[in-house]
Amino acid sequence: MMEKEYKEDDSMTKKKLSKVDAIFEKSNIVLLVLFVLVIIIPLIYVLIASLMDPVTLSNKGISLDFSKWTVDGYKRVFKDNMLLIGFRNSVFYSVTFTVISVGVTLLAAYPLSLTGFVGKKFFNTIFIITMFFGGGLMPTYLLIDKLHMLNTVWAIILPGAVNVWNIILARTYYKGISKELREAAKVDGANDIQYFFKILMPICKPIIAVLVLYQFVAQWNSYFDAMIYLKSADLQPLQLVIRSILVQNIPRPGMIADIQNAAAMAKISELLKYSTIVISSLPLIIMYPFFQKYFEKGMMAGSVKG
Amino acid sequence: MPMGGLLLAFENYSAIGGLFNSPWIGLDNFRRFLSSPDFMNLLLNTLKLSVYSLLWSFPIPIILALLLSRVRRESLRRKIQLIVYAPNFISVIVVAGMLFLFLSPVGPFNKIIALLGGVTTNYMTSPAAFRTVYIASGIWQTAGWASIVYTACLANVNQELVDAAVIDGANIFQQIWNIEIQTIKPMIVIQFILAAGNIMGIGFEKALALQTPLNLPTSQIIPTYVYQLGLQLGDYGFSTAVGLFNSVINIILLIAVNQVVKHINDGEGI
Repeated sequence: MMEKEYKEDDSMTKKKLSKVDAIFEKSNIVLLVLFVLVIIIPLIYVLIASLMDPVTLSNKGISLDFSKWTVDGYKRVFKDNMLLIGFRNSVFYSVTFTVISVGVTLLAAYPLSLTGFVGKKFFNTIFIITMFFGGGLMPTYLLIDKLHMLNTVWAIILPGAVNVWNIILARTYYKGISKELREAAKVDGANDIQYFFKILMPICKPIIAVLVLYQFVAQWNSYFDAMIYLKSADLQPLQLVIRSILVQNIPRPGMIADIQNAAAMAKISELLKYSTIVISSLPLIIMYPFFQKYFEKGMMAGSVKG
Repeated sequence: MPMGGLLLAFENYSAIGGLFNSPWIGLDNFRRFLSSPDFMNLLLNTLKLSVYSLLWSFPIPIILALLLSRVRRESLRRKIQLIVYAPNFISVIVVAGMLFLFLSPVGPFNKIIALLGGVTTNYMTSPAAFRTVYIASGIWQTAGWASIVYTACLANVNQELVDAAVIDGANIFQQIWNIEIQTIKPMIVIQFILAAGNIMGIGFEKALALQTPLNLPTSQIIPTYVYQLGLQLGDYGFSTAVGLFNSVINIILLIAVNQVVKHINDGEGI
């Protein structure tokens, strides 16, 4: 008798539960779809606006009438060589910066990951202090000035190359690799340098991929250092060029040379802004999905307490 | 090396004297800042922007990760993740540019407002709107990316524990609260301390990009003030002092938050 009652009770709760679960499941999907829409609508809007006749866009909004679409914005953006110069500079800065920074990071993290390294504590402390405490804007600026790096590519590439957070990431990743591997390599007659390049690096691919992505993205998207350290127009990275178009609202003269009427000018410069956004963001948007499989691994390495 | 330059904060710096021969004025720069009429406004702007930003944007990645972990189909989950990560790869300048376009008086946002019978406003020149614009766009840009650490953590949820909870009759909210939140709690603590430790250094590049002369009453924060004083007006010593003041407050906040978290988290800080 008792047993039966219990069973009935049990089946009842189960039914109720699955109902709650079902509601949850549905609202979960609804919430996620909302989230995705909020993320993606502005991006799609920019893409379509960059392809639409600006007058139609401002009068009627987005339309799928393809006769109103145009690639005029893109043609005009490429008429001005400043954007191309910025693009070339940004590629150069990002690639050089990434190579130097990731190289330094991987090398610096190695001794810090070994147990017997003399002075480890000292170096760790020095690195960590710089993470939370810096000289500030003006002292750093004066230092760059005194090193004669103002208005040179070095002012962009060197100051940020040592990134302590990344060193901690790499160190934690090395620590996760078994010690026996290094000992075995030693027994086989490999020295530290051979071990590092021939054995350690190949198994560190995930962390290297994440560091490369981080540094490349950081450099590609930064503008502040270039704004304060670089004066010559031909050294400017892409972000500074597009800053004048997007934020300061000054279209490049080469892009609008043929337009006289002020109202038409305002419309065209809006179209130019949309096209500029698409062109400057496209490289990274194409690049990042290839790194997706490494994201979680790399982020986790850093979260394990240093 | 740049830290030696902090001496500037105590000097009346001139280009002729340089770092070592400029007159030493002790704490005068600090006194000047603390007694200036801008001081309270700057400090409050900085604190409000970063504290509100932390409170609004901190929980969202956690909720997103929890929702994502309940999506059963692996391929669907991957696709959603890919999309929500995208804005993280867009530059601050482009985000600022998009905001100027979308929120301008003739932009799409105001058009929707007008359709719904509202009044059009230029949000980019309105001091009242600055923080909302800054924080909302910040969430849009970083929430997806910030959810990765929690997603990775949630992969470690003990499935046997979940099954046992289901048998014991725990509903889905009880499961999330008692199992999943507990699993990611250490990560939440670490992320919170890191975020709090950066409170005075908040998104300086973005604040600068979103500044317009008209929204300065709320958009001028200490780091942008340091930039204007130092590099645009050339007041090196004073600018350094203000920057140093900012760093010191930041460190005090970091230590305080760490202590509070230690206290409520059974002695576990960072």
